[in-house]
Amino acid sequence: MSKRVAIIGIGTTGFRATTPDVSYRELTYEAAMKAYLDAGVQPKDIDSFVATSEDFFEGYSIADEYSPDQLGAVLRPIYTVSGDFIHSLASAYMMILSGIGPISVAQGLSKASNMLTLSEMVTFAMDPIYNRPLKESPHAVAGLEMARFLYETGTTREQCAKVVVKNKRNALNNPYAGHSVLIDTDHVLNSEVISYPLTQMDISPHSDGAVVVVLAEEETAKTLCDKPIWIRGIGWCSDTPGLETRNWGQAIYAQMAAEMAYKMAGIRYPRKEINFAEINDEFSYKELQHLEAMRICRKGEAGPLTEIGGTEITGEFPVNPSGGCLGVGNLYELNGGHKVFEVVRQLRGEAGKNQLKNVTTGLAQSWRGIPTTTGTVVILSN
Amino acid sequence: MEITEKMVEGTATKLSAEEILEGKVLSARWEPKLKYAWDNGPAIGRYLAELKNGKIIAKKCDKCHRILIPPRMFCELCWVPTGEWVYVQDTGIVNTWIIGHVDWKAARLDIKGGARPITLSIIEIDGASKGMGILHHLGEVDPWKIHRGMKVKAVWKPPEERTGSITDIKYFKPIK
Repeated sequence: MSKRVAIIGIGTTGFRATTPDVSYRELTYEAAMKAYLDAGVQPKDIDSFVATSEDFFEGYSIADEYSPDQLGAVLRPIYTVSGDFIHSLASAYMMILSGIGPISVAQGLSKASNMLTLSEMVTFAMDPIYNRPLKESPHAVAGLEMARFLYETGTTREQCAKVVVKNKRNALNNPYAGHSVLIDTDHVLNSEVISYPLTQMDISPHSDGAVVVVLAEEETAKTLCDKPIWIRGIGWCSDTPGLETRNWGQAIYAQMAAEMAYKMAGIRYPRKEINFAEINDEFSYKELQHLEAMRICRKGEAGPLTEIGGTEITGEFPVNPSGGCLGVGNLYELNGGHKVFEVVRQLRGEAGKNQLKNVTTGLAQSWRGIPTTTGTVVILSN
Repeated sequence: MEITEKMVEGTATKLSAEEILEGKVLSARWEPKLKYAWDNGPAIGRYLAELKNGKIIAKKCDKCHRILIPPRMFCELCWVPTGEWVYVQDTGIVNTWIIGHVDWKAARLDIKGGARPITLSIIEIDGASKGMGILHHLGEVDPWKIHRGMKVKAVWKPPEERTGSITDIKYFKPIK
């Protein structure tokens, strides 16, 4: 049995569509200051740092070289993961288990508003020989997947629209959310068509922000922290990248990542043993597809469960009480960071008006977005 | 061991640029469209605005007392917010430099034909802490006469041509 590791500090700037007043340096600095204060540590107490960045998104080659200053990690052990924030969290977790030292930090950042050619950048992630010559929009990939998912599961566009309505409404009570609004399903269904069945309102708009998380091994965590949130299981997985050969209906990557985390956590019946989840909902249907992939719902059940309010804050299994990507914003490589931040807030009882009652175990899940088939999952308990 | 052409023979197909350009071999060509508008934040923003005014501004760390240039909102070593803004001189000394015979695209300059070598230098700015400075070109100087510790001064573009950029300084030239 490995030693236990807990999250002992969290910090964020909050998430807004634009952040013209600060550079990426000050964004991370603010999140790091808050996380270190929350954990009661100074940079010198931290044994290793893991940052998250994607060069094309930052606009720098070797963007990771620009990570140390704002984390207090100059001339300290630090490296960067080019993936989702939860990949970095897994690395920071492993740093502790490897004996590098009892305290580690994971960081993530989004300056999505600074990317002027976002659509072209995502298109550039597609295969240059087989796919790019067809000049598809990135959202074509989401449309293709949504169509297949609806067909295979009998899920309806109305049920997907309900996800948008729920998440954007949850975001109204989340002071960190950047895209909260009160709308009805007709508003979603009648919004501009992007790649049918996908409409404009099915797509989460982007946000800027930063998240920093401090981790510690059991003894240190109990000394420093009144409410340590334990990492019980963590998993990650990537499917084949080919658009032609992937499974378009089911998110197998999420299933495998979740099973890896469940096994580590000793969870057999996720719906019963987990109280709530923050799930990747970059597109409305993704929330439903991910719920089914992770065995929280049976195939075809996530849509109807959403329809009857089962995933509301007051429902049987609350999903994205924070507002998710649809209400908070798409944060790209930071998406997992926001999910972890929110699960920790809920488990500590610090989620304000969106606080769930009697929650002891939560799940945070992320996906690296179009056109990837990479997913990450972490299970946390108080 | 040196890899000779003979050893490579048979292991690879030789291609010329012409063969690709003329479509004699299958190829794919993509140019990424990557455009960014980085938010400066208060430190970089004021630094650039002051350059437009023909001034160089730094920020002071109240803990280690270093005068930091370029200015930043927090000291990366003490990890505390920085304090007051401090104007520094537009003079300094050469820390290290090159006599460059290739440009930034790795193209060779025609030095024998009279092209001036690129004389890029790290300049420690007077008034900033030791080791703090600006990366810039040296001008009005024989490249072979540049020396460590050489005193230099900024040559500014005329005010109407300045845009709020590090290139508002044309180069640094030697002074007595």
